[in-house]
Amino acid sequence: MASAASFQTHDDRPLAEVAVRVRGVTKEFGSGGAVTRALRGVDLDIPYGELLMLVGPSGCGKTTLVSIVAGTLEPTDGEVVVLGQDLVRMSNGRKVKFRRDHVGFVFQAFNLLPALTAAENAAVPLLIAGWNRRAAVEAAADILDQLGMGDRLANLPSELSGGQQQRVAIARALVHEPRLLVCDEPTSALDAQNGRITMELIQKIAVQPGRAVIVVTHDSRVYSFADRIASMEDGRIDSVASGPHEPLLH
Amino acid sequence: MLWIAWKMLVGNRVKYLGIIFGVVFAAVLIAQQASIFCGLMSLTVSQIRDVEGAGIWVMDKHVQFVDDIKPLADTELFRVKSVPGVEWAVRFYKGIGRARLAEGTYEQMIILGLDDATLVGAPGGVFLGSIADLRKPDAVIMDDAGYKRIWPGEPYKLGRTFEMNDRRAVLVGLTKASRTFQSFPIVYTRYSQAVLFAPPERKVLSFVLADAQPGVPEEEVCRRIEERTGLQALTREQFLWKTVSYYLRKTGIPLNFGITVLLGFFVGTAIAGQTFYLFTVENIRQYGALKAMGTSNWTILVMVLAQGLQVGLIGYGLGVGLAGLFGWFVKGASRLSFFMPWQVLTITAVAVFVIVLVASLLSIRKVLVVDPAIVFRG
Repeated sequence: MASAASFQTHDDRPLAEVAVRVRGVTKEFGSGGAVTRALRGVDLDIPYGELLMLVGPSGCGKTTLVSIVAGTLEPTDGEVVVLGQDLVRMSNGRKVKFRRDHVGFVFQAFNLLPALTAAENAAVPLLIAGWNRRAAVEAAADILDQLGMGDRLANLPSELSGGQQQRVAIARALVHEPRLLVCDEPTSALDAQNGRITMELIQKIAVQPGRAVIVVTHDSRVYSFADRIASMEDGRIDSVASGPHEPLLH
Repeated sequence: MLWIAWKMLVGNRVKYLGIIFGVVFAAVLIAQQASIFCGLMSLTVSQIRDVEGAGIWVMDKHVQFVDDIKPLADTELFRVKSVPGVEWAVRFYKGIGRARLAEGTYEQMIILGLDDATLVGAPGGVFLGSIADLRKPDAVIMDDAGYKRIWPGEPYKLGRTFEMNDRRAVLVGLTKASRTFQSFPIVYTRYSQAVLFAPPERKVLSFVLADAQPGVPEEEVCRRIEERTGLQALTREQFLWKTVSYYLRKTGIPLNFGITVLLGFFVGTAIAGQTFYLFTVENIRQYGALKAMGTSNWTILVMVLAQGLQVGLIGYGLGVGLAGLFGWFVKGASRLSFFMPWQVLTITAVAVFVIVLVASLLSIRKVLVVDPAIVFRG
């Protein structure tokens, strides 16, 4: 089991110190008699400079919570403040711009564009932000180089291994220097060694004083990389554990 | 982002070629069938276009098209001449005769009788003999296609004779006349000779060809002629469109070609639309990822439209190019009529634009409603 130093989901720090503040968030899907309650009142704070892992069984609401925090899904009720901005009251247009400027994504299935090279894929957030293509690809090449992919810049995703594709995805998530990094099952499609390398890279490059990292995972082998682990069960946060973590077996 | 849209499109080569195939299919079929239709329509007016020098055609008021001959009394010529604003007016005969060839076989021919004195309406493309030779007794000039039809494989030879209405006709020249709708050989002769070649009738004057005095609009002269003679007077252009209009209204030709054009349009739309839609569905997670990363719906819309526009431009270019090649080939190798005016290119462009728009709209709806949170689902 994890060595639990704290079971508090939030500690009422000043808002300036937390990247993510979630209070009483609920989310319901469907209507009438077919309502599914994915979140049943979630409270959570994630301070800057922290890597928080969100764990729990399938269907417990991890993905729903992370989608709401990332600004891709509306909560039914509750308060969501990310990087000091109230996402609940934010218009859709501003939310799109917010995600573009401040959020980086690492997806379980990588979601790389198959027709673009590694460098071009990593440059996509900069292209979305309106950068010149050459400058964007050069910036992406720099970060890929830091991730040990400097010799694979011109390769298409189909020419890369799963671990290499995930590194391209990490480069893409970080290239525009977001203040919130959201990783959805970043190691589930990788073998143990590549999973460990991926988490090492996230911890080494992504975790910064002015940035928060949320990792949704089932993979107990990578729990040791977390600063805190929030365990979810049935749409609620069951417990939050701090401190060094041993690999868990659920 | 347009660059990403382009890379996404060409990256999936099978779908990319499939969409282009759909557009090319439609463009080829529309351009080719419309051009053949225009070719056929141009055949119907070829004899009006071939008559040079006369700006005004005067005829019976019930005539509906160039082959709808309702003979006039010879005196009508003088009535037309007397209308103010008419510079000159001459007789013109047009009819069908049956020629008996030296071999004993018979051949239908179009007889065009030109004014004896001026030879107004004579063909411009005489390449063997001369127009002046029409003044010789029994002289006729035949069109090149007619000669090849009557004497296939034989070298050009002037002096050949045949009979029409038991009268001798002597070939004194050959000309490059435009093909006609009936595709019969055309013989040009003097008016006085033509009425002898034609079956006997009380009235034989088919048309009066006239021209307006300098400074007087042809339309105005036509109006005066109609007012004073009760005949129908049309400018060359008006008569041309009246003839085309007759074929459009009174024959099934436009319907037949229209069905094929519509078929091409619908099949092209179905192929392009379905393939484009499948391409979009296949890339829906990528679009979802782009939206999650901060791409606005407007940018996505522009991306999909740009993809549609790109395949539309390529498909259009290839389609009309292939149709043009087809036309170039058949014009040399067969008697199929083919005429591709700029209007056909415009109509094809509009059709292709509609096809890619429909194809894009199907896909646009799909990508605009996609939830960016889709990327978090396994």
